[in-house]
This record gives sequence, structure tokens and C-alpha cells, in this order.
Amino acid sequence: MKNPEEIFNILKEKFGDAIIEFASSQPVDPFITVKPNEIDKICRFLFDNDELLFDSLMNLSGVDDANGKKAAGQNGDNIIEGGTLSVYYHLESTKFKHKLVLKTSAPRENPEVNSVESIWRHADWHEREAYDLFGIIFLNHPDLRRILMPYDWEAGHPLRKDYKNPEFYHGMKVPY
Amino acid sequence: MALKTEQMILNMGPQHPATHGVLRLELELEGEIIQSVQPHIGYLHRCFEKHAEAMTYPQVIPYVDRMDYLASMYNEFGYVIGVEKLLGIQVPERVEYIRVIMGELQRIASHLVAIGTYGMDIGAFTPFLYCFRDREKILSLFEMTCGARLLYNYFWVGGLSHDLHPDFVRSAKEFVKYFRPNIKELNDLLTNNRIFIDRTANVGVLPLETAINYGITGPNLRGSGFKWDLRKDDPYSIYNKFDFDIPTGQGLVGTVGDCWDRYYVRIQEMEQSLRIIEQALDQLPDGDVTSAIPKRVKPPIGQVYSRVENPKGELGYFIISDGSVNPFRIKVRGPSFVHLGVMNEICKGHMVADVIAILGSIDIVLGEVDR
Amino acid sequence: MIYNFFYSITGSLLIADIIQSLLPLFIFILPFALFAVWLERKVSAHMQDRLGPMRVGSHGWLQTIADIMKLVQKEDIVATENDKPLFNIAPVLVFVGTYAAFAAIPFSSAYIGSNIDLGIFFIIAVSGFVVAGILMAGWSSNNKYSLLGAMRSAAQIISYEIPTILVIITIIMITGTLNLNTLSEMQTGHFWNWMILGGPQLGIVKFLLIPFMIIGFVIIYISTLAEVNRTPFDIPEAESELVSGYHTEYTGMKFAMFFLAEYANMFAVSAIVTVLFFGGYQSPIGYLGNLLHLKWLIPIEQLFWFTTKGIFFVFVQMWLRWTLPRLRVDQLMAACWKYLIPIAFVNLIIIGLITLL
Repeated sequence: MKNPEEIFNILKEKFGDAIIEFASSQPVDPFITVKPNEIDKICRFLFDNDELLFDSLMNLSGVDDANGKKAAGQNGDNIIEGGTLSVYYHLESTKFKHKLVLKTSAPRENPEVNSVESIWRHADWHEREAYDLFGIIFLNHPDLRRILMPYDWEAGHPLRKDYKNPEFYHGMKVPY
Repeated sequence: MALKTEQMILNMGPQHPATHGVLRLELELEGEIIQSVQPHIGYLHRCFEKHAEAMTYPQVIPYVDRMDYLASMYNEFGYVIGVEKLLGIQVPERVEYIRVIMGELQRIASHLVAIGTYGMDIGAFTPFLYCFRDREKILSLFEMTCGARLLYNYFWVGGLSHDLHPDFVRSAKEFVKYFRPNIKELNDLLTNNRIFIDRTANVGVLPLETAINYGITGPNLRGSGFKWDLRKDDPYSIYNKFDFDIPTGQGLVGTVGDCWDRYYVRIQEMEQSLRIIEQALDQLPDGDVTSAIPKRVKPPIGQVYSRVENPKGELGYFIISDGSVNPFRIKVRGPSFVHLGVMNEICKGHMVADVIAILGSIDIVLGEVDR
Repeated sequence: MIYNFFYSITGSLLIADIIQSLLPLFIFILPFALFAVWLERKVSAHMQDRLGPMRVGSHGWLQTIADIMKLVQKEDIVATENDKPLFNIAPVLVFVGTYAAFAAIPFSSAYIGSNIDLGIFFIIAVSGFVVAGILMAGWSSNNKYSLLGAMRSAAQIISYEIPTILVIITIIMITGTLNLNTLSEMQTGHFWNWMILGGPQLGIVKFLLIPFMIIGFVIIYISTLAEVNRTPFDIPEAESELVSGYHTEYTGMKFAMFFLAEYANMFAVSAIVTVLFFGGYQSPIGYLGNLLHLKWLIPIEQLFWFTTKGIFFVFVQMWLRWTLPRLRVDQLMAACWKYLIPIAFVNLIIIGLITLL
């Protein structure tokens, strides 16, 4: 059973630049930040390695970091420019019982992250949800479409911090 | 002139007696054999995660109840443990014991619904009413404690909202004594019934590798033969003080991991929950349940992933705090959401009637799927 | 006898005919269907640890009448895509198929609708109307679910007619007659003269026949359960899969006709089973009329015994419905073709050999 510090060292040796930092100062879970276009290689390594054997993805969540600049948008509402959207991965090994948290950040204007669906089929629906609610595009995902919102929802991605509800949807008034 | 055959697309639409809520299943059929199943969800999406960002931490608790509305105590359990980890507070022992008792009673209630509705989907109408009759007794116990039968708002950050009613321990012990023989009656009616076995054995077999890769947890994973229970493998609260077994599926009447195994694991889990409740009731200490509740819940900047063993699987809360009284992001990893993703894989090659059997054995609640 | 009675009152063959053919409908089938619906709700309620209808009339006996009044005043919806002639005729056909079977069933020695020598053959033939009606209902509803339900139902009914007929042939072999009235009269005396216990003639043949008669009774009871689409064979109406099968699209009076036809059918097949195996209208313990030397009492007693036996078998059908889960459609077919038919054939051969003795 390894703790996150040891796993960070193993990953840093293998992947070098792709691993950005190890954050353990804040409560509770320490996490490892990696580059978004290398995430699938790193996860494949974590999945296959005999000592680590992370065969179970517990959770995959999108987060709007809201660390950009507030600006005025076209209709006078607040939008955020710059900043990042992040994806957090919670991994676990059912054999060794150790856990790990990974984080990648992609720029808000072009949020592209490699998909890990080929490693854990579990990620399929979670990535669709992150795309639906945040707009994060997962490259190499077999079927990236909206899952919780209606398929033809064009007003944006609801869970972003600068999202505003549209007036009408198919003739129905949205704000009540 | 040769006859042309083509695949038929059948819609088990949002309104349907057997889809456990508003779920749309698009079945591609070749005669009666299924080629693929596409679930379409989102009919019950209430944007819980967005709402949570506008409220304070204690105000989120009634919303959390409403996700898996058949096992509300456990939803609160997971959330409250997460926030308490962020705050770093330790709750009194009495609170821990009461949480375990409520959680296990809730597990029995949730499994009763699962078993009753499963029997009804297969066609046996009577066990459904017997299960609900027993569930009424559990709901009366809950009503005695916090005043609500289904959505409680009972677990608060740092403690509980009310202490137990003076009659609670006696009533709970009576319930345990009353319920044990009823499990045997359910076994006679459903578990060992020849027709039920024919409908569920060797149907919807979930191999272990597939299960772990798809993130299946809870009774579904244990039905495939893997002994994985968060109460023992990643203990939270005081579960490591109790003595109970983890039932797994062993393919007693068919293949390991078929619908009968998942169903039988739930029946055995009810028995184990009774054991935990008995032990907890005997060891219940005294104390003040509201002593550790903070005046203002304002966790430091950080994030936590807390998970509990919901009756349906692993319920996870990923809470990010930015130092203010409102959560920055709450992501709920609902077990039903994950389990619905595996439907396509295990339904291939079966018949339409089997889709109902498989969907019932996976035991989903749409409130948790859509949040 | 009743025919002669009416003829003597009215003096016209035609009117006597009409009255006699309407008698079972109004005096028996409709009240029975209303009673059976109430009985089903009470039986199911008590088996499920609850009470059932209690308010409408004492213990709810007026509930069915209230339901029928509600159904009659509902809007009769016919969708634009439906095939209107088929859609409208289907419930009529189903009802006619079950009602026509009552013509040849002997209710008592004084009343039999039509004392034809082909009794049981006629009943089996006319029950085929029901299949045509169900297929028409499923097809003209323009609904995938109804179509699936109707096809399953047609396959089920047609397959399960075979074991039924095989068992009926065994009875015919032993008694030598197709006429149901004669069959009932042959089982006169006390209950040990019933066919299930080997038939009226005492001897070694009677005792040899008993186990095979019991097997035959079980086979025919199961097959007729499948013919009336009751659980465990209620795939066509499986609520949790197909909403309501072939009668999903029907409302109001047409739905009421399907509904009543189902209960009338239940009684018809129970009646056939009692006539073949349990002595028809004969009493198991002798007649009160004989004891008191009142000849006119006997037909009334026979009617009483006939309805009691019929209702008992209907009660067992309801009991089975609320206890057992339902079979999947391929298991249903397997049960018929792989199990019931071979057993029925073997039964037939053995009984045939025994009757040669």
C-alpha cells in the first residue's frame, strides 16, 4: 500500500514534465496535478503497473475554477475570461487499497482533455456529464453528447459560474 | 419475393410501470432478442449541484435527502461525514451509534423496496405488499425520531437534529424480533420459487472484470462474487466495532453474477443489518447529540472525497470548499448513475422480458441518476 | 326441459328459443362476471394482508357495479391511425367466443342451452374465436406493445389448446360420448362415481385409472389457465412489460367487454373441467329432493352444486394468480411443447390401453 507522496515520485520519474505539482497543504486529500494531453498515458501507466494497479476509477468530476477575470459580456451579464476548467480523478486499487487524486486543468476557451474511457469504461458517463455541464471536450471519447440536459440545449453549459438561463426553450418560458 | 426483416426500435418510454421512475430505454430488437439498450436519462434532473453552490453547508442537507429518496439517511451520512472531515471536528460517540442504527434501518427499508418491486416486475404481486407492510414499521420508527417518514433532514454537520425518543430502543428491538421470521417468509415466496428462479438465474450475468471496470459497487459487485464492502474495506464512522459478515454471490442456482445472485445478496444483507442494529442498540452510550454542532459551518480551503456504502452502492461526495459559507462545488457520485451505464453491456442477447428482470436487479433510483 | 316450459308458456318456437338463449347471459354470466371481479379483489386483498373494497355496499359488493357504471360513461377513443372496422369488432369477437361456449354446458339436468351431441367439440371449436379477436385487437391498435402482446397471446392460446384436447380425448375414450349432458348424467350417484376417481363402473379398471385421471386433471387445469391468459401465463397482459398488452388502447365499454369476457372465460373453462372430471352438476352426497320426495327440488340443487364447483375452481385460479410470478414467453412455450404435450400423449396411450381391459 503506497501513500500519495511515493506515487508522485514514481510518476515524476516516469513522466517528468507532464506531472506538474503535488499539493498537500490544504485539507483533506493531497492531489497530483498533471497536463491535460498526457492524462491518458499516465492513467494507462497507473492501471497497468503491478505495484500500483489502480483498477477502479471512483469518481471523475469537472470543476469550474473561476480563476479568470470577470468581464462584461455582450448582453451586459458577467462572464469570466481566461482561467481554467479542471477535471479531478479519484482512483483506487481494489487489491492494494490505496487511493490517489489527480487533477488536470485546461484553459477555459479551449478545454480539451484526453479521455480515459478506454482504460476505465466507468468514465464514459462521467465524461459525458462533465461535457454536458461544463463544456469540457474529451478527445477520443466514443460518444460525447449531452446526458442530463436535453440533447438540443443550446444555451451553454449550466454548471459554469457565469452561466445564465435562456429566456425561452422550445416556446416555454424558462425562468419562472 | 424475399421477405425483408429489419430491426425494430422499441421505446420503453419515460412513463412505464416497470422502469422505477422516469427513464427512457431505447431497445433495438431483432424479433425478441435485444441488440442494444440505450438509456436516456435527465428527466428528473433538478440541478442539485448548482443549487448547492448558492446555499450554506447545513442548508444543503434537505436537498441531499432528495436524491436517493428511498435511502435518505445514507445520503445525509455521506455528506455530513465529508463536511466534518473538512472541518476536522469529532462527533460524540452517541451520535455515531445513532447514525449507524439509522443507517442500517434505512438499508433494510431500501432493500425491502428493491425486493418488493423486483417481485412485482417479475409478476408476483403479493410479496410487494408484504415488503411494504414491514417497511411501514421502519418508517414509523423514523417518524418517532425526527417527524418525517421519507425525507428526514436528521443528520446535521457535527451531530443530529433530535435525540432519540425514549421509546425508541424498545420499539427498535421489537422490530428486529418481528422482522427476522419475515425474511424466511420472503424466501419461501420468492427466493426458492421455481418460476422466479427460471426468470432470474443465468440472466444478466455481470462478470467481475467488467464490474470493476465499469465502477459497479454495492450489492451488484458483491453479487458477482467479490467481497468488497466500504464498511469493512474503508471503514467510516464506527463500523469497525461491529461484527457482521459480507454476503457475496456464489451462483447457487445459476452462474455467479446473475440476477438471482444480486437479489439474494440483498436478502442476506438485510439479515446482517439486523445483527448490526442489535449490537448497536445494546452498546448505545449516553451523551448529548447536539454538543458538537458548530454555530457557523465555514470549512477552510480544500477538498475532500468522502464515500459511504449506500444500500445501492458506493455513494461519493466530492466537496470543494473555497473558505466561504457556501460550498464551491459538490459533485455527487451516485451509484445508480454508474450502474445504469452497464445496462447495454449485460443486456445484449437477452429478451425483452429479461430487460425488466435485469433493470430490477440492478436496483436504480432515478433521483440519484439524475440528481 | 326449460325449453319445453317456455314453449308451453309462449306457444311459439322462436320466442322460446330466444328467451332460452338469453337466459344464461342475463341470469348467469353477467351477474357472475360482476361477482367474480369483486371476488378477485377480495381474495387478492386478503392474501396481501389488506382489506379490499369496503365502503361501496357492505364489504364492497356494489363496487363492481360502480366500476361498470364508470366504464360505461367514459369516452370511447378510437385513434385516427387505427383500422376502425377491426378495432370495433375485436372486443365483440372475444366476447362472442367465450359466450358461445356456454351454449353447450349443462347447468343442471333441467337446463342446457343446446343439447347437441357434439358438445365438447363445439366448445373447443368456438373458443377459437377468441384468438381471432385478440389478434385483431393487437393489430388494429397501431401500437408496438399491443402487437407484441397479441402475438404472444395467440401463440400461447393455440399451443395450449393441444394438451387440452389430448386430455379431453382421454375422457371421450373412457365414456364414449361427446355430449356433455350425457357425461354429467353418467357420473350420477355419489362422489366416487366422478371421472376423477375413475368413472361410474366399479371394477379393476376404475382403480387403475385413478392416478392417470389425476394427471389428466392437472394437465387440463394448467392448459386452461394458459388459455384464459391468467398468471403464471399472463404474458399478454403483463403490466410491467407491455403496459396492458392487446387491450392497451381500449377505453370505456369496449374495455369492459374484454374485462367481462376474461371472467366469463374463466368460468367457462372451470365449468368444462368440472363437467369432465368432477361430476358436472351431480351432488357428491345425494339429493335433498330425494330425501324429502320433492322432485322439483333436484334441478335447483344441481344448479347449486354446479355453480359451487365452478366458483371453487375460479377461486383456485385467482389464488394461483396472486401467489406465483409469471413465466417468460419462451419458458411458457417450452412448458407446453416440451413438458405438457409429451405427458399428455403418454397419458392418452396408457388410458387407451387400460380401457381395452
